[in-house]
Amino acid sequence: MLILLKRVIKTGWKGFKRNIGLSLATILIMVIVISLATLLFLLSPVSKILIADIEKKVDISVYFKEDVSSEYILEVESEISKIPEVKDVQYISKDQALEKFIEKHKDDPVLMESLTELGSNPFLASLNVRAWDPSQYEQVANLLETSSFRNLIDKVDYHERKPVIEKVFSVVSGLNKIGIFFSILFAAIAVLIAFNTIRIAIYNSGEEISIMRLIGASNWFVRGPFLIQGLIIGFIAVLITLLITFGLCYGFDARIKTIAPDISIYSIFVSNFFLLFLIQLATGIGLGIISSYIAVRKYLKI
Amino acid sequence: MLSINNITKAYPSRTGNNPTIALDDVSFTIKGKEFVSIVGKSGAGKTTLLKLILAEEKPNNGQILFDDLDIHKIKSSQLPKLRQRIGTVFQDYKLFPSKTTYENVAYVMEAMGASKDEIERDVSQILGIVGLADRVDNFPNELSGGEKQRVAIARALIHRPDIILADEPTGNLDPYHTFDIIRLLVKIYELGTTVILATHDKEVINSLGKRVITLDQGRVVRDEEKGRFIL
Repeated sequence: MLILLKRVIKTGWKGFKRNIGLSLATILIMVIVISLATLLFLLSPVSKILIADIEKKVDISVYFKEDVSSEYILEVESEISKIPEVKDVQYISKDQALEKFIEKHKDDPVLMESLTELGSNPFLASLNVRAWDPSQYEQVANLLETSSFRNLIDKVDYHERKPVIEKVFSVVSGLNKIGIFFSILFAAIAVLIAFNTIRIAIYNSGEEISIMRLIGASNWFVRGPFLIQGLIIGFIAVLITLLITFGLCYGFDARIKTIAPDISIYSIFVSNFFLLFLIQLATGIGLGIISSYIAVRKYLKI
Repeated sequence: MLSINNITKAYPSRTGNNPTIALDDVSFTIKGKEFVSIVGKSGAGKTTLLKLILAEEKPNNGQILFDDLDIHKIKSSQLPKLRQRIGTVFQDYKLFPSKTTYENVAYVMEAMGASKDEIERDVSQILGIVGLADRVDNFPNELSGGEKQRVAIARALIHRPDIILADEPTGNLDPYHTFDIIRLLVKIYELGTTVILATHDKEVINSLGKRVITLDQGRVVRDEEKGRFIL
């Protein structure tokens, strides 16, 4: 048994070396396929961060009437944060609102002039309320408008923002659906390409496989070397892809950070290294071996 | 040892009508340690008969018993064991194009799990016998027709099978090499192996003076103990 296994491995390695051109071409295709799997894997945390980023920007503000004291507003704040749908509440005082406004519009002389002309702080104290999910804002707004402290509230700006919030909500769920659709589509295409490449490579050896059967080799002795070749090709392709992935994540990390400061693909790569390696191995070696197995089967029926 | 019982084999034509009858109710028995020549024109059914004995194809009717084993009822996974008892010289050689002469001949022994020393000893011995000692590292496309044929014969003999099936083993050889090969087959027979030789070489058959089965249009028309080539 052991001697047969040794021979199978040796023959597989020899076949890989003697058909080095075909082997390299197959490795190249496998690298593309594994890269695609890697891309899908890396994109999912990136898209999650992006979506969370958009969702973070959505909130509603509760403006209080001019004469409500800050102590009372803080009391209301703790009241609101008890609502299960609410993720967090942030108190913004009159002064803070003014500061924010100045900070934002300091380059706009018209606005700044009119503010000085006004002489007093025109802003109202407010609570910024964020929900866990964009779909919950309507509920939260309704709760606030019917609450015991509704008399102190000047307005809840949910209804003004409603179209924006709903748009964000639909874009996010749309993005998720498109992402899932393309992931499945790409994965299917990748698997088919890899399978076909190996099938064509083995097609060359079809007659040889039939002869092996005819002169008395067992199915496993015939099939083994091809599975070993598939394994070698898959493994080399995984190593190459891993190097490329590392290089790209390392090289583009800084550039991506300038566009999206929350995203560090390099740290995503490092923190998911073993999972990523496992996924690449499963894709590369799994595809290599399974494709070889199916492709050889056809010629063993003699 | 080998018993062919009422074998009929037809190949369907592509249109579905008029199938080609390759073998029509063929029966004969080989008791063991025999040298049997099967002669006939091209298309008489010689190659089909050998393919059926190797279980490469299934008959439409009849059975072939190899030591009381119905070879067409054997499970696919058991076929290698049967085929390891047969050595075949194919009409078109069927060498492995991506293997050297040495590897081509060694393959069956490797598949049977023989040790490396045994393989080395036997392969160089048999390559010496067929005169290819200086061709061990050449690939088939670097060999002449006659050399390929001798590799094919060496591969069929290497594992000392019970039966040798030789389909036109001298088809591409000059008369000098033809008799070399035939002498080799006779020697193997004398050492105790059954040889089934399919050929249409009149001189070979007439010089052998052994059993001759003549096929014509898929039927056995003659089966003589010390036969001659008569068509």
